[in-house]
Amino acid sequence: MWTILAINSVTFGGLLFLLSAGFSLIFGLMRVPNLTHGSMFMLGGYIGGSLIASWHLPFWLAALVAAAAVAAFGGVMERFLLRRLAGSVLAQVLVTLGVAFMVSDFSLMVWGGDPLSVDAPRALAGGTRALGVFFPTYRIAVILIAVAVAAILWAMLDRTRLGAMIRAGVDDPEMARVVGIRVSRLFTIVFCLGAGLAGFGGVMGAPILSVYPGLDFAMLPLALVVVILGGAGSLPGSLVGSIVIGFIYNFGLVMVPQLAYFILFLPMVLVLVLRPQGLFGRAAP
Amino acid sequence: MPFNRRQFLSGAAAVAGAAAMPMPAIAASKPVKIGLLADLSGPLAEGGIQMKQGLTAYLKSKNFTLSGYRIDLVIGDTGSSPAQAKNKIQELVERDHVDFIVGPLAAFEMFAVNAYVIQHKVPTLCLAGADNLTQRAPNPYLVRDSATSSQAMHVMGDYAARKLGLKRVITIDSDFAFGYEQEGGFQQVFQLRGGCVVKKLWSPLGTVDFTPYLAQIRDCDGVCQGYAGAAPVQFMKQYAQFGLKLPVCGGETAGDDALLPHFGDYAIGMISACPYTIGYPGEANKTFIALMKKYFDSVPGFYAAGTYMDGMVIEAALKSLHGDVSDPARTVKALRAVKLEHTPRGPFSFDHFGNAVGNIYVRRIEKVGGKLTNVTLETYKNISQFWPYPEATYLKQPAYSRSWPPVTACKA
Repeated sequence: MWTILAINSVTFGGLLFLLSAGFSLIFGLMRVPNLTHGSMFMLGGYIGGSLIASWHLPFWLAALVAAAAVAAFGGVMERFLLRRLAGSVLAQVLVTLGVAFMVSDFSLMVWGGDPLSVDAPRALAGGTRALGVFFPTYRIAVILIAVAVAAILWAMLDRTRLGAMIRAGVDDPEMARVVGIRVSRLFTIVFCLGAGLAGFGGVMGAPILSVYPGLDFAMLPLALVVVILGGAGSLPGSLVGSIVIGFIYNFGLVMVPQLAYFILFLPMVLVLVLRPQGLFGRAAP
Repeated sequence: MPFNRRQFLSGAAAVAGAAAMPMPAIAASKPVKIGLLADLSGPLAEGGIQMKQGLTAYLKSKNFTLSGYRIDLVIGDTGSSPAQAKNKIQELVERDHVDFIVGPLAAFEMFAVNAYVIQHKVPTLCLAGADNLTQRAPNPYLVRDSATSSQAMHVMGDYAARKLGLKRVITIDSDFAFGYEQEGGFQQVFQLRGGCVVKKLWSPLGTVDFTPYLAQIRDCDGVCQGYAGAAPVQFMKQYAQFGLKLPVCGGETAGDDALLPHFGDYAIGMISACPYTIGYPGEANKTFIALMKKYFDSVPGFYAAGTYMDGMVIEAALKSLHGDVSDPARTVKALRAVKLEHTPRGPFSFDHFGNAVGNIYVRRIEKVGGKLTNVTLETYKNISQFWPYPEATYLKQPAYSRSWPPVTACKA
């Protein structure tokens, strides 16, 4: 039982990472908690799921198309809504929340109230016997995908010019502007990237969680918790935060089921009290 | 001719009197308002949308005229939340002045609006289980054509012990009123028939990953799940993914016919007990299924059948009331006196608490002609909310809750 829980904690952590990495970057760079993030996850799941179910696209292609579509949606949202409210964080947060409600209703209109269930790609459909337990192969694959995405993101942020500019923007947006970085264009890029990752995560999560009305607001607090725990704008922060939350969630539900509603938010409260900048975040100057 | 004030007044009175004469005709032209309170969003939206479709299908097929009275339908979305249910019922009653409430869907929502329904005397046709509101704490304005949360589960407990031969079962359900009542009902009758409930697991409403619970399923020979909304699909899928093969049984929401297009082959073999079944051979059910297909291209289940039949019950009551719904007490009396033979669930009537007495179907999900469907295994006829106990005995025991009946050690 414990082995199953441990593997599942990492799987869940992997999904959370896909969701929260973008959230963290957007928050770190733009100082805006993007409350549409859960909706992007759900939208990705719906689009990917429909492509697979109705258009018979292969799973991975559908995942990429869905990610691109959600990224485009994020780009439009940043360029035409958030940009107009530049400088007014509260207004931006409210807009992201408003869009989240709209996406939620829109999805209900288009996809209805029935859950959309998505099959794992055939090659990964069965189960694997590992460490003495039977575990769905797809869930193990999700771990590998999350690791791969983390590696690509890390390389992008740490090794490329774009990554350097993003890091500069996260650290000190005014100074970055002064040295000639077009921070507002970075905003659009990062928003697209974050949205695309969330959309991709939605497709990855679909065979595990399925896609249903309400998935958006089930995922959003998880992203918030991870980012508060890991620290905003920090990639290792979201990775570690995701896995920690994965473990706390899975083991907590079994060991202290009475606290099921509360268990996720306990570490968040502790971190906020003891280390408000998060485990990997830097203290605000 | 002199025309004094007195004559004028009496003349006016006569005119008014004459105008008052055809009053029934005027009353008939004022539409009867039905307020639907359903979960159109949130984790239970799957069922809420079915509720909307079921009621709309019936009204549409009757051209929004029941027993000759025009019907206005107003809809409020509870968002699967008790607090919002409370707000919405207030809107429907105080702003829209509805004559009937149809809904809400979930027991915890019904408990939340219960006091309001009593205070404002609104005839309410709910689908929510909320056992006690037709039992130990009866709501005089409630009519329920579906079942209490535990009604079908009593049958399931009986069937699981006697026909499936299960001995040790783990129950798993959502951590809210409906879940407690369902599993309480299952446990009680299952143990009465010689089975034993080993463990009861509760997951928060809206749980998406059931792995932490699935990991705890062992040392038993069967599982009873009572999930509602979209959750049964996720649960059964993950159950299979983890290689679990033990038989699964459940209640009306777990094996809801509306979920059939969404289940995969992994759900084959799941047994559920339900007051409605898509396979019921009556003509009324065929009409219902055809209407749902025609209007909404949807496969109907328990929730749609419930509100569709609410339409039938209101129609019958309007006929006996001659369209006069001004007195709530009289209206409820008429609703509860309705007895229908030809409905999608078959014949049913109401007991003196307003809860349906009718058939409960035990079904198994099977693949027929390449499609999943519920095949009826056995029909328990004329089941009341108290079955298999006499009413007085049943009412003496406490209401089902998270901790009652308690889990006790099983004989080895």
